[in-house]
Amino acid sequence: MRSDGSQSAPLGLKIAAACGLLFLHLPILLIFVYAFTTEEKSFVWPPPGLTTQWFAVTWNRPDVWQALSLSVRVAAISTAIALVLGTLCSAAVSRTRFFGRETISLLVILPIALPGIITGIALRSAFSLADIPFSFWTIVLGHATFCVVVVYNNAVARFRRTSGSMIEASMDLGADGFQTFRHVVLPNIATALLAGGMLAFALSFDEVIVTTFTAGQQQTLPIWMLEELIRPRQRPVTNVVAMVVMLVTLLPILAAYYLTRDGDQIAGSGK
Amino acid sequence: MTSAALNANPAPAILPGSGGLRGALSDLFWRKPKVLLLLMLLPPVLWLGIVYIGSLFALLAQSFFSIDEFSGLINREFTLKTYGDLLQAANLDIILRTVTMAALVTLASAVIAFPIAYYAARYARGRWKALFYLGIMLPLWSSYLVKIYAWKLILAKEGILTWLLAKLHLLWMLDAWLSLPIVGGNSLSVSFTGTFIVFVYVWLPFMILPVQAALERVPGNLVEASSDLGASPGQTFRNVLFPLALPGIVAGSIFTFSLTLGDYIIPQIIGTSRLFIGQAVYSQQGTAGNIPLAAAFTVVPIVIMGFYLWGAKRMGAFDAL
Repeated sequence: MRSDGSQSAPLGLKIAAACGLLFLHLPILLIFVYAFTTEEKSFVWPPPGLTTQWFAVTWNRPDVWQALSLSVRVAAISTAIALVLGTLCSAAVSRTRFFGRETISLLVILPIALPGIITGIALRSAFSLADIPFSFWTIVLGHATFCVVVVYNNAVARFRRTSGSMIEASMDLGADGFQTFRHVVLPNIATALLAGGMLAFALSFDEVIVTTFTAGQQQTLPIWMLEELIRPRQRPVTNVVAMVVMLVTLLPILAAYYLTRDGDQIAGSGK
Repeated sequence: MTSAALNANPAPAILPGSGGLRGALSDLFWRKPKVLLLLMLLPPVLWLGIVYIGSLFALLAQSFFSIDEFSGLINREFTLKTYGDLLQAANLDIILRTVTMAALVTLASAVIAFPIAYYAARYARGRWKALFYLGIMLPLWSSYLVKIYAWKLILAKEGILTWLLAKLHLLWMLDAWLSLPIVGGNSLSVSFTGTFIVFVYVWLPFMILPVQAALERVPGNLVEASSDLGASPGQTFRNVLFPLALPGIVAGSIFTFSLTLGDYIIPQIIGTSRLFIGQAVYSQQGTAGNIPLAAAFTVVPIVIMGFYLWGAKRMGAFDAL
């Protein structure tokens, strides 16, 4: 029972919370302003003038397009692999109790629980020991490994709320295992998988730490940005790319939020 | 009873099997759920086991190799020499610096996160609750490099922070701070203060979420009971709220601590030329080509996090995740 419905927060708490949220959001908003600045050489504030010419300049840059295309391809394939592995794993873990179940959960979470640099250097040293040259697939190998956990978390949460009796009812009514999966299980977990897939895509699209160890000479978009950050050559183009990257990662997050929103509210009110 | 026998003698209540390979498979999975379980587990376990655990072992193995100082080739024989190299004063400095930074970042994140988490857990309702949730999730998920870039814009000498302080006539405070040893520097973007601010900014959402989860479980009437019994808000915080939120704070600190220990991009872009563990690993494996020493360096955060997780588990932090 709650009796605090009509209470309002102390002023100090309100101010502290508001300041905290502003601290989290103002820097991101700043990116949108800088994408339009006319200043080329420095990060001067306030911007001396506003222009949209840098969008056209960025549009005509082949290196940006190449990096973007590599990032999208890596993210798409890693997401596909993560969807298959994550769904299988979550189905196995939530349907049955078996010996080593906890270990499997830990195994899935480990790649994201340990700092990215450990995953990165571990893969790097494995490639070096096995004499595997860097390629598109070495990037995918790393990305898919830490994307599994995102799909897994979403799917496990959904399986927990999906009642097992629906599957039994479907079987009792004469459906075989495949029909049950196609018509009962899949519609139930579809939005969770979509949300997990989007988060995995965003995670892979934005990943830089592991990628620097597995990419060799190839440039994904985050690696392109990193090089610009270390050795700035084209600040206005970097500003525009930063804004685009921000939008490309934010949209899937918002979509994933709306897809799982109802579940979250149920889970939140269950305490 | 085989499915052929069923088809020959259809009993009214039992449907015939669907036949074919698909039917046979479906029947097999029904009769032997273990087979299905095994088939479901095999791909993810093989992938993670080979790619990830295999790589971790490769890393561990590399740390027992050594590099030939003259040829630069890696000598694939067991030796503890690399770990000996790790214990040089310069390397211990790097480790100490990183751990101190991780501890400070964790403390600051906890202090900033608490009011947000407490407000979101106790006072925000309905639309505001959703807004708070998104307000924490969006910065958490938005691009890591872009966030760092934003801070480069803010902290640059000609950037918005200097402008703001100049408008407020507080520039002397910034100059006084920058003239301090260790934390100061030419501008905020090349000082430890800058590194610290960016670390706190980037990892803050990882602290807010578990603290909020822990505070959601504190019934509001506990706080009321405490004030009914005459406790001041400060006493209520110290004796009721804080102990109950502590598992959440420890859970959040796992993230802030571990992520700071392993990061090499933030101190490289915003910070001094003095190295952190992540940068040492990166430069050892990259320019120096000394993968054994890089591997030995990564064992340090693994060991530290091992002890940290062990302690956190004893404090019940995992229930708050």
